[in-house]
Amino acid sequence: MSDRVYMDNGAGRPVDPRVMEAMKPYFTEHHGNPASFHSEGFKALDALNEARAGVAELVNADPGEIVFTSGATEANNLALLGSAQRTRKKDGKIVRSAVEHISVINLCKELSRMGFEVIECPVDENGVLILAELERLVDDETALVTVMAANGEIGTIQPIKEAAELAHSRGALFHTDATAANGQVALDVKMLGVDLMTLSGNDLGGPKGVGALYIKKGVRVKPHMIGGGQEGGLRSGSENVPGIVGMGMAARLARQEMDAESNRLAVLRDMLIDGLLAAIPESHLNGHPTERLPNNANIRFSYIEGEALVLSLDDLGIQVGTGSACAAKTLEPSHTLLACGLKHEEAHGSLVFTLGRNNNRDQVEYVVKELPGVVGRLRAMSPLTPEELR
Amino acid sequence: MYSEKVLDHFKHPRNVGELEDADAEGTVGNPVCGDMMTMYIKVKDDRIEDVKFKTFGCGAAIATSSMTTELAKGKTLEEAMNISRQDVAEALDGLPPVKMHCSNLAADALHEAIKSYKEKKPKNE
Repeated sequence: MSDRVYMDNGAGRPVDPRVMEAMKPYFTEHHGNPASFHSEGFKALDALNEARAGVAELVNADPGEIVFTSGATEANNLALLGSAQRTRKKDGKIVRSAVEHISVINLCKELSRMGFEVIECPVDENGVLILAELERLVDDETALVTVMAANGEIGTIQPIKEAAELAHSRGALFHTDATAANGQVALDVKMLGVDLMTLSGNDLGGPKGVGALYIKKGVRVKPHMIGGGQEGGLRSGSENVPGIVGMGMAARLARQEMDAESNRLAVLRDMLIDGLLAAIPESHLNGHPTERLPNNANIRFSYIEGEALVLSLDDLGIQVGTGSACAAKTLEPSHTLLACGLKHEEAHGSLVFTLGRNNNRDQVEYVVKELPGVVGRLRAMSPLTPEELR
Repeated sequence: MYSEKVLDHFKHPRNVGELEDADAEGTVGNPVCGDMMTMYIKVKDDRIEDVKFKTFGCGAAIATSSMTTELAKGKTLEEAMNISRQDVAEALDGLPPVKMHCSNLAADALHEAIKSYKEKKPKNE
């Protein structure tokens, strides 16, 4: 077993070596600009088109419906700000789920400052969007509904098809942020019926600094990056050709290998969840028990705090994430866990494991072996721990 | 993010646990906020003869608790009342700014324990 057990792939994952190889020539050898009218320019344009086709195929879109961006955050910006500024329902409503990523939440705050009424749709205790509530909240004034495809923190997969149908029944656009879901579960824009879908390069096993937005043909969005009119005028600036080539390659690999890899990860995930819940008293799974991403396990441990857990595990060579306030810039515990109905003190003690290609069975066994001792040590120190657990 | 000293005190906390025959204890913080700590003191001849802590919280909360016990041990009650949050942070070679308020409560817990001791009118007086 390698001496490092990295299980924070949702935060940042390694670039697949095959992706790295595909990208390399575009840094040095094929450095042309896709806009140039010579063979190096054509070479870059071909690479761009191939990558666009690769990403389009992954989500069953047409290549012309894919706009490359600098990442998922920019794709969310283009989707939300861009569509809100083109909607006919000026000053209308925007409905988002309570468990969106912070980039969508802050964009919705911006939309609220621009005059839209932003409404939060609640989730149940497993983090699943409550469709009956969505049906109640979405009306003819609703311009846009945004619900993430799956939550990167608790792993819960959302009923996107049903939510999109509800939005469309009231003439609203539907956006889904598929950052955590892409590369983990099948995403078919036509089957799901979405108008806009955010995709992330790094989450597919590609490099950081590249993402994409699927924009259904006919859906109008206003660009925010103004310049030379690249990406169909929706995202100006000379294209990040190496990054885009990397994302395209990652998308192709995901399409070929996702089923097998997701099955492998789901086995590891369940080993991790079952092993930890059995080994550690008063530990609980956050998120949905079955409708969850194959690479995500989120477990909370009563009476202790997540940042202390993360630091202790790092000392053992294990890297994971946490929903604790103490590890957040805002000093607020995870809004996702609170939306699921957890109390603040419960949300503080959670760990997020996001698995990837780099993880194997030996590593999961190592974590299951080491974590009880770490939890026990911190519980022995905590004034909250009941007598029988000390 | 954390200094070597903070990490050392987090990984190897000094004086952790409950004090069996404590003369007084002081608790500050709140599990809702993510940090809560209790200081136990044993006093002899107006000096802190022994001190221990229990803490629920992040790495900084545990390290500041540990450092506070080291600073307090052997001090007179008056000296111990003068140990400030700033003293604890400096003894740890600093804390990240965001941690200065929420996780640096151990000196307050110590002060609460001393106040509680004084209010109890100890038996040796």
